[in-house]
Amino acid sequence: MEKEKKIKVALIGNPNCGKSTLFNVLTGLKQNTANFPGATVDKKTGSARIQNNAVEFFDLPGAYSLNPKSMDERIAVQILEDKNHADFPDVTLFIADASNLKRSLFLASQIIDLSYKLGHPEIPLVIALNMMDIVEKRGMEIDVALLTQRLGVPVLPISARKKEGIEELKQALVSPVGIPSQPILSEAMKTGRSEEQLTIDRYQRITELLKGCLKFRDRKDEEVFSSRTDKILTHKVWGYAIFLLILFLIFESIFVIAAYPMQWIERLFIFFSGWSAGHLPKGEATDLLVNGIFSGLSGIAVFIPQIALLFFFIAILEDTGYMARVSFIMDRIMRRFGLNGRSVIPLLSGVACAVPAIMSARTISNWKERLITILVTPLMSCSARLPVYTLLIALVIPSKKILGFFNMQGAVLMALYLIGFFSAIASAFVMKYMIQSTERSYFVMELPSYRTPRWKNIGLAIIDRVKVFLFDAGKIIIAISIILWALAAHGPGNSFVEIEKKYNLPATGSGSPVLRHSGAETEQGRNGAAQNEIHGKMAAAKLEASYAGIIGRFIEPAIKPLGFDWKVGIALVTSFAAREVFVGTMATIYSASDQANTLSIREKMAAEINPDTGQPKYTVAVGFSLMLFYVFAMQCMSTLAVVYRETKKLKWPIIQFIFMGTLAYLASFSVYHILR
Amino acid sequence: MKKETGQPYTLADLKLGEKAVIDSFTDKELAVKLLEMGCLPGEIVELKHIAPLGDPIAVFISGYLLGLRKSEAASIIVREVKEVY
Repeated sequence: MEKEKKIKVALIGNPNCGKSTLFNVLTGLKQNTANFPGATVDKKTGSARIQNNAVEFFDLPGAYSLNPKSMDERIAVQILEDKNHADFPDVTLFIADASNLKRSLFLASQIIDLSYKLGHPEIPLVIALNMMDIVEKRGMEIDVALLTQRLGVPVLPISARKKEGIEELKQALVSPVGIPSQPILSEAMKTGRSEEQLTIDRYQRITELLKGCLKFRDRKDEEVFSSRTDKILTHKVWGYAIFLLILFLIFESIFVIAAYPMQWIERLFIFFSGWSAGHLPKGEATDLLVNGIFSGLSGIAVFIPQIALLFFFIAILEDTGYMARVSFIMDRIMRRFGLNGRSVIPLLSGVACAVPAIMSARTISNWKERLITILVTPLMSCSARLPVYTLLIALVIPSKKILGFFNMQGAVLMALYLIGFFSAIASAFVMKYMIQSTERSYFVMELPSYRTPRWKNIGLAIIDRVKVFLFDAGKIIIAISIILWALAAHGPGNSFVEIEKKYNLPATGSGSPVLRHSGAETEQGRNGAAQNEIHGKMAAAKLEASYAGIIGRFIEPAIKPLGFDWKVGIALVTSFAAREVFVGTMATIYSASDQANTLSIREKMAAEINPDTGQPKYTVAVGFSLMLFYVFAMQCMSTLAVVYRETKKLKWPIIQFIFMGTLAYLASFSVYHILR
Repeated sequence: MKKETGQPYTLADLKLGEKAVIDSFTDKELAVKLLEMGCLPGEIVELKHIAPLGDPIAVFISGYLLGLRKSEAASIIVREVKEVY
C-alpha cells in the first residue's frame, strides 16, 4: 500500500474554549506530545481516520488574538503566516466558545484576514461552535446558517463535552473546505489606524456580522452558581482557609497514597535486580544492568505515582476552574517576590517533587515570572530529601521534648522545610532584580465558570505528563546513572583485583555498591552474617579505591571547611543522581550489613571518631552543616534535566546548579563554624 | 461613583457590585490586550469580586468574568451607566 498523504488539521481557539476536550474527542488515545521546533511550547498531535482519509490533528496554544504577546501565541502566528512551515496546516479548525461568540470570533476573524494578507485565501477554515449546550441552557439562539453565509466559511454547532455534532464536524474537515469569501477587515480599512483602533474596528465589524445571528432571552442559572461560589472561594477569610485545606489534602494524599505504589515499584525493581543478579552470568554486563540501568530506572519510575497523583489533582483544579481563583487570590502576595499568582501551585508542589512542579509552571505566561518560578522551586524541600533529613536528625538531635510537648527532632525537621520555603521566596525576590525582561507582567485572566471535571481530559493529561517525564527526563537520568555506576564500579589499575584477593573471595560482578538501592541484597540474605560483614568491608574498600572514591578524596579539601571528609564527599558525588542515594552510599561506606536498616547506619556513623579531636565525628555542627547542604544544594539530575527541557537552554540549569550550590556551601560553612 | 478630585473615574474606583460603562484607555500597550479580551468602549462592566488583599479584582464583562490587577483596572476610564436596568 502506498503511503497516503495525511491531512494536517490545526486546532486553534481561545483558552477555556473546550479545545482540549474536542481534541480528545477527535483523537482519543492516539496522542503524542512533542515540541514545536525551536520552542518550549508543547505540540500535541493526534491522529484519526475520517472516511478513507488519514487525518493528523495538532493543537496550537490557546490565544485570544494573533498579536503575539506571549511565547505561546507567537507559535500560532509563525505557523499560520508561513506557507512553507513544516506545520502549516491543510485545514484550520477554529473552536469558538459559542457562549462568548463575539470574543471568539475576534481571533477567527484575524485568521480569516491573515489568509488574505498572504496574497490570496490560503488557510481553509472550519469553525466549530462549541458549548452549544451551554448556549441552549442560557436561552440563547444562534443562527448558524446565517453566520456561515456571513463569514464565508463552514460553521458547525457542536458540544465537545456531550459529543454532539462531532460526526458532522469530521465530515466537514475532509470535504473540500470553504475558503473565506472576503476579509473581515480589508487592508484598505487598516491603513492609518493604530493597533488600538484596529481592535475596536474589528469588534465593530464582528458586531455587524453578528447582527441578527444572535438572540438572547435571559442569562441566569450557572452564572449565578459561579458567582455564589466565588463569593466564598475568593472571600477574605474563607478564600485562604479553603485553599490551605485543599493543599493540605493534596499533600497528605501525595505522601500517603503514593507511598504504596512507590513501594511496589521499588520492590519490583529489587526483585528484578535480585533475579538478574542471581540468574544472569556474572560479569560487567550484568553489573551494569543491575547497578547502573536498573537502579537508574527505579530512581525514575519510583516518582511516577507522585507525578501522576499531583497532576491528577492539578488537572481537577484546572478543569473545574478553581485554579484561576487560586491565582486570583495569591497574585498580590506573589507579585512582591517577582512571581505571579500562578506560581503558587509549582512552589507548593515542589514539596512532593520538583520535577512535576516545574512542569506545572507552564501555566505562567510571563517568561520572567515562569523562569523565576522554575529556578526557585527546587529550594522547596522535596520528598527525596526526607530520608536524608531523617538519618541526620536521628544522628545528631536528641529525641527530647521542648516545652513539654514539642519533639525536638520534629521541630528541626519542620525548620528545614521552612528554611527551604523562605530561601525560595528570598531568591525569587533577588532574581526579580537580576533577570532582565522586556515582557510586561500582566494579570489579565479569564475566570472561567465552574464546571464539573471531565475525567477523560484528566486521565489523558496524566498519561501525557508521565510520558514526558519518563521519556524526556528519563533518557538523561539513565545516561548519568551509567556514568556514576562506571565511576563506582571501577578503579585505576588492578586495585579491585587486589582487594578481592585480600578478602579472599572469588571475583564477582558486584562492583558497584554505591548505587545499589537498599534491599538489593537478596543474594546476601541467604548467606551468613559473617559473609555479609566481609562483603560489606570489601565493598567499602572497593568504593574507596574506585574512581568515585578518588573523586571523594579529590574534593575533600574543598569540603573540609564544611566539616565533611572524603566519605561524605563520595556520598555528595553519588547523591548528585538523586538525594536519597546519600543514605545508601553512607550505608556502603560504613559497611552496614543491612542497608535497609537506617538504625545500623546511624549507629556506625555515631561511633565514628574524628582522629583530630578524639571526639565523635558527627557532631551537631557537622550534622547541621550536612542538613543545610541538602536543603540548598541542587543534587537532582531529574530536576536539572527537566529545567533544561522546560527552558530549552543549558544556561538555566547551570546557573541554578551554581547558585544553589553556592547557597549550600555558604550556609554549611557558616553553620559549621558557628556551632563548632 | 463619586470622586472628589478632578481625576477621571477608572475601573479601579468602582465599589463591589457597582456597574459602569467603559470609555477609554490610558495605557496604549495594555489597551490592545484588554480590547482583545472584550473590554470594548461602550461595554458595561460590573465589579463582582475583590481578592482578599484588595487586589486583583474580578469584573463581569461581555458575558464572562475577567480578573485583572488594580493597576491594570486603573488604566480603564469608565463613566456612569445612564440607562436604567
